[in-house]
Amino acid sequence: MEDLTWLSILGRAFAQFWPVWLALVVTFALSIRYKRHLGLYGKLMDSTVGLFGLWIVLFWVFTALFADLIITHDPLAQLSGLKNAAPGSPLTSGADDLYPYYLFGGDSRARDVFSRMVMGSRMVLQIAPAATIFAFMVGITLGLPAGYFGGKLDTLLSFLANLVLAFPVILLFYLLVTPEIVQTGIPMYFAAVLFVFPIIFFVVLFNSRFRTNPPRRNLLVAITLALGLWAYSGLAFNMDPLKYLIGSPVFSMDPNLLNVFVSVVFVNSPGVFRIVRGLVMDIKARDYVAAGQTRGESPWYIMLWEILPNARGPLIVDFCLRIGYTTILLGTLGFFGLGVSPESPDWGSTINDGRRLLSVYLHPAVVPALALMSLVLGLNLLADGLREESLKD
Amino acid sequence: MLAFILRRLGVMILTAIALTFIVFYLTNLPPNLEKLAKSEGSVRMADDAVASWLENNGFSEPVVSRYGQWLGLLPGWTREVDGEIRGRCIGNGLTAETAPRFCGILQGEWGWSTVFKKPVAEILGRSLVHTGWLMLWVMIVMVPASLLLGVLAGMREGSRTDRVLSTFAIATTATPEYVSGVIFIALFASATAGLSPILANWGLIEGKTLFQGTATSAMDNITFWNFGLPVITIALYGIGYIARMTRASMTEVMTQQYIRTARLKGVRFRDVVLKHALRNALIAPFTVIMLQFPWLLNGVVIVETLFNYKGFGWTLVQAAGNNDINMLLACSVVAVLVVLVTQLISDIGYVFLNPRIRLA
Repeated sequence: MEDLTWLSILGRAFAQFWPVWLALVVTFALSIRYKRHLGLYGKLMDSTVGLFGLWIVLFWVFTALFADLIITHDPLAQLSGLKNAAPGSPLTSGADDLYPYYLFGGDSRARDVFSRMVMGSRMVLQIAPAATIFAFMVGITLGLPAGYFGGKLDTLLSFLANLVLAFPVILLFYLLVTPEIVQTGIPMYFAAVLFVFPIIFFVVLFNSRFRTNPPRRNLLVAITLALGLWAYSGLAFNMDPLKYLIGSPVFSMDPNLLNVFVSVVFVNSPGVFRIVRGLVMDIKARDYVAAGQTRGESPWYIMLWEILPNARGPLIVDFCLRIGYTTILLGTLGFFGLGVSPESPDWGSTINDGRRLLSVYLHPAVVPALALMSLVLGLNLLADGLREESLKD
Repeated sequence: MLAFILRRLGVMILTAIALTFIVFYLTNLPPNLEKLAKSEGSVRMADDAVASWLENNGFSEPVVSRYGQWLGLLPGWTREVDGEIRGRCIGNGLTAETAPRFCGILQGEWGWSTVFKKPVAEILGRSLVHTGWLMLWVMIVMVPASLLLGVLAGMREGSRTDRVLSTFAIATTATPEYVSGVIFIALFASATAGLSPILANWGLIEGKTLFQGTATSAMDNITFWNFGLPVITIALYGIGYIARMTRASMTEVMTQQYIRTARLKGVRFRDVVLKHALRNALIAPFTVIMLQFPWLLNGVVIVETLFNYKGFGWTLVQAAGNNDINMLLACSVVAVLVVLVTQLISDIGYVFLNPRIRLA
């Protein structure tokens, strides 16, 4: 068989993404139809920049969701004769049940670049948003009291946050994300500390809201604690009770993945802390906070149910930017070979793999590089659109 | 002002001590020491041999006291092994009698690099010189370019120029160095793709590629062709960020009353921008540029690895990858100092530039 032309490569890749196009069309049709009822998200439909950003972000989200349908080959399979093959090369061995081409070529171990890129999106979108959410939980839980109470607590927490921020990120990664450190159990201690914050956050959230309605409060707090501690035992210590009861844990995390995850959360939290603290210091001078204080509302109720909702605009914008930044960090980790595993198809590791032969074979590195760039660009544009729209009201 | 600077210095020293201790602790974890013993002694060492090697080389003391020795606040360890006296400060021609009691970084003793087989100070000095050149050129490219972009975008908010430049700025902040570096190499420094084969076909360039894909030769002789790509790769990521800050600051200044007054008075738009707006609009970007240094450090590490330029970042990666404890500690001291000093300068500079801020 002949090599494909550039046009037919793009055409075939386009066709391969059919579930994504379908999902995008449905999502946008529904969103535009009901945009008046969708709040800030609906308003986004009126901003060109935001719409474009959302389109890119959703493209990658759907790609990650439907990755199994999109890939043309197993991302780890090595086919003979396709080492560093040019984009559009046909398979040499005529196995009938395989897709007949390597659309974006083969990498240095004769794996399909296209399928690895698609699978990589799943790796990135599994870790980056989750790590950002955790960082937000930590940052919010610590930033609210620091900004609201001030004083010694604020001084101490701010010093610690500045300490972490003053650390060069790459040095920190080199110290924290190594196989040796997994042996010492330090990532587990980190996880033990960092993963408590979501539980604290939700317990305090429900407790302060339903303090006057004990039955409801008890129910919600009990559910939070049960679910939270169950997930906590599985994720932080790999000791999900179900592992011992029925043999297969619901919540568990590979030690290397946990290490990467914890380091990324750790690096991101102080930034969130600073933003939340600044917002709280600004908002606590407003009249409605003073009114709440006069009514005798508890400090945590004021912080979580009066200040936090009013700080949501900047926080949502920062959330989008921070997912992009986390994606860049994960790529950096992969680039230095500190990622999840050397076989992993995540974009940073693939760029790192590809750069060794960069001056001869471009495609193994350029394809994931463009993918990563487009996702981060989409998130930044989305953040810009959200900022513009949220400033309008 | 003096009290402010002194307080900042105090916090800075405290931060530096805390950070170096964390690095010291993490590099001296038992698995790392075991690896060090095996690489310095022999690979096949049994567990008790490792333990005695660590014992004989002073690694068995508590971490805090070894940190004090490394810092130079505590006297270096000495120990008698097989009839000869060994110690932290002994060696390099110094005997037990002539060696000083203290030898830490406060005395200028950075130790011995196990990877490069040379004194750490020598390697560090050389790599910092290389990185200094890189940073200098990055600054020369980045600062004027980003300020120009920001001012042009911000002087007429919402115009087409503003839209185009802002999109460009967002695009550059979305492109980390390892992505832009790869794309630049693909476009300009590959013999098989991008611009180089076309130019070579037309006979416009002599070699195979337009730019060089590695900056190794730039360590002896910097030319545009071997240094252009690393510099632009680092600069690009910063340009977007600084340009956006400059734009925000510029748009704010342009809505001020005195600008409107000047316009109504009939001053030309060019003069309003250059004489009235520019100076006030550049206060905020100054702090941003100073705070950009720590970010540049990240970029430097990535770019030096990608382009194989043996500067500070490359040294850090080598030290970290090969468990070179002394080298890694020295690198972290430099990195932490860079971060803290730039923070201090940016704070002080902000106060000087903005007369509305008065500190007791």
